[in-house]
Amino acid sequence: MSNRLDGIAASNGIAIAKAYMLVDPDLSFERENVSDVDHEIGRVHDSFSESAKELEVVKQRALETLGEEEANVFDAHITILNDPELLGAIEQKIKDEQLNAESAVTDVTDMYISMFEQMTDNAYMQERAGDVRDVTKRVMSHLLGVKLPSPALIDSKSIVVAHDLTPSDTAQLNRDYVKGFVTDIGGRTSHSAIMSRTLEIPAVVGIEHVTKDVQDGDTLIVDGIHGKVIINPTDDEVSEYNQMADQYAKEQAEWKLLKNADTQSADGRHVDIAANIGTPDDLDGVIDNGGEAIGLFRSEFLYMNSAELPTEDEQFEAYKKVVEGMDGHQVVIRTMDIGGDKHLPYLPLPEEMNPFLGYRAIRISLDRQEIFRTQLRALLRASKFGKLAIMFPMIATVDEFKEARKIYDEERSKLIDAGQSVADNIEVGMMMEIPAAVLIADKLAKYADFFSIGTNDLIQYSFAADRGNEHVSYLYQPYNPSLLRLIKQVIDSAHKEGKWAGMCGEMAGDQIAVPILLGMGLDEFSMSASSILQTRSLIKRLDTNELNSLVDSALDAETNEEVIELVHQLNL
Amino acid sequence: MEKRDFKVTAETGIHARPATILVQTASKFSSDVTLQYEGKSVNLKSIMGVMSLGVGQNADVTITAEGQDEKEALDAIAETMTKEGLAD
Repeated sequence: MSNRLDGIAASNGIAIAKAYMLVDPDLSFERENVSDVDHEIGRVHDSFSESAKELEVVKQRALETLGEEEANVFDAHITILNDPELLGAIEQKIKDEQLNAESAVTDVTDMYISMFEQMTDNAYMQERAGDVRDVTKRVMSHLLGVKLPSPALIDSKSIVVAHDLTPSDTAQLNRDYVKGFVTDIGGRTSHSAIMSRTLEIPAVVGIEHVTKDVQDGDTLIVDGIHGKVIINPTDDEVSEYNQMADQYAKEQAEWKLLKNADTQSADGRHVDIAANIGTPDDLDGVIDNGGEAIGLFRSEFLYMNSAELPTEDEQFEAYKKVVEGMDGHQVVIRTMDIGGDKHLPYLPLPEEMNPFLGYRAIRISLDRQEIFRTQLRALLRASKFGKLAIMFPMIATVDEFKEARKIYDEERSKLIDAGQSVADNIEVGMMMEIPAAVLIADKLAKYADFFSIGTNDLIQYSFAADRGNEHVSYLYQPYNPSLLRLIKQVIDSAHKEGKWAGMCGEMAGDQIAVPILLGMGLDEFSMSASSILQTRSLIKRLDTNELNSLVDSALDAETNEEVIELVHQLNL
Repeated sequence: MEKRDFKVTAETGIHARPATILVQTASKFSSDVTLQYEGKSVNLKSIMGVMSLGVGQNADVTITAEGQDEKEALDAIAETMTKEGLAD
């Protein structure tokens, strides 16, 4: 009987292979006095030379498959094992205190580890403490006769099972053999999840007990599409999943062909498929997946990954990199959206009863104008390197937008007066995520150059349901006609004033929502880079003329489920 | 006995990678090789010893070699110091 586990789908795809447990073995031991010290010294020498021999193999493998930099780490480890002073100190300890090998090795290496850790003014030295720890682990595994996993030695198709994967673990993985990741902890944005998407191998994370449930060598199916893991599947399950994997591979190949294709519906209507990004490093993924623009660049990372407010120059460099990197394609950068669930150590915000309804985003920007103006100047300076657009988050009223726009205009004039060159075609728009703004979108459209619908917040505010509260998660109803009517109103209001409307929430890449949104006339779909090709493929199969009746029926439906059913009836 | 002074120019001091190579170079010779820094002296064939000194940028260090191949040892070490960018 197979065992099915559920986790978080972190990277698409399906893999079937043997489990490789990347889990530290039990290295506990008894502290003992011995009479035969020579025997213990001999054990130390044996464990050191076996460890060194093992590391030579690991190093060689790392050199072949991963490159010199990764291999150097093991070279450093081997040098530690050949250290005459280290060995001498351990021998002395055994002789002086009649200690067993395990205790002497641990005592001496602990001494070095704490010495390196105390060199707080030297980060390199502190990292060396980690090297000594790694080497000690290997020596101890030989002394205790237990197997220590060496991910660099994986030489057959494997699914790596770990509590969590650290960057140094993943650096050692041979990409030819590692077919998937499965971890106890983590979410879609944890290191292991991001790494698996970069390597384009399926991953399921956050399966709590997977390292306990799986044994080394078990056969695993990793379904990274649905977030499922099957331990020791039946033949039927294997063939079912093999079929699914074939299907997925076929789709992938088909989608890859669309990388440089224009996004057009079957009847020839063009829409832009853009990407949402969080840092300049995400740019590669956008280009690899054929993104036509950046529909949302969250500027928060500049504020979150910093010990103080980011300077104008720091921000300028980051914005410039993205604007330049997109080579003339539009980049929409959202001004600071701090507050709500995102806090800054250096910008203390008051404790609030309802942070999502509180002091956040544009509300802070309009209040703490020095922060806002710094950001706007950095944005304006970056504008000449490509096609920049700016949008304000959390606008609720016409006054807020006009005020933000006025500050923008002031900074723009100041820069131009100071002789800075600034692009003259910068669009300034706003997020549509507050129902009050949606209801007055016809007025806002006179001032804003575009709207971008943020569905996660729009759903939370429309249904008055905290998106992080699992007791009310049933109210996350993206297809509910109430929400669809709000979206329609935003699109129609924009079009009436000759402006464009996009969407930068999860929903823009949702395969149920896309036909409805396309039918409503949405101009720009902005999503995770990994959803771009799939969505482009879907849009190519849709005829907008046939979607009008779908939109009418969806807006006239009563429930979320009814709308899902309507889309399913299209048999896409 | 062969003896030579060096000024460490590398920004990070004698850190991981160059230290490893320096130790590996010294270990090829039979002579005893020591590294002296701020009154402390360690075996240059011991990576733990070298790292425990925490030699930073602009440090003045002295390396001595004593034994049959002391001259060759110091020449090789000096070459490594330059090649790894540790000293001019």
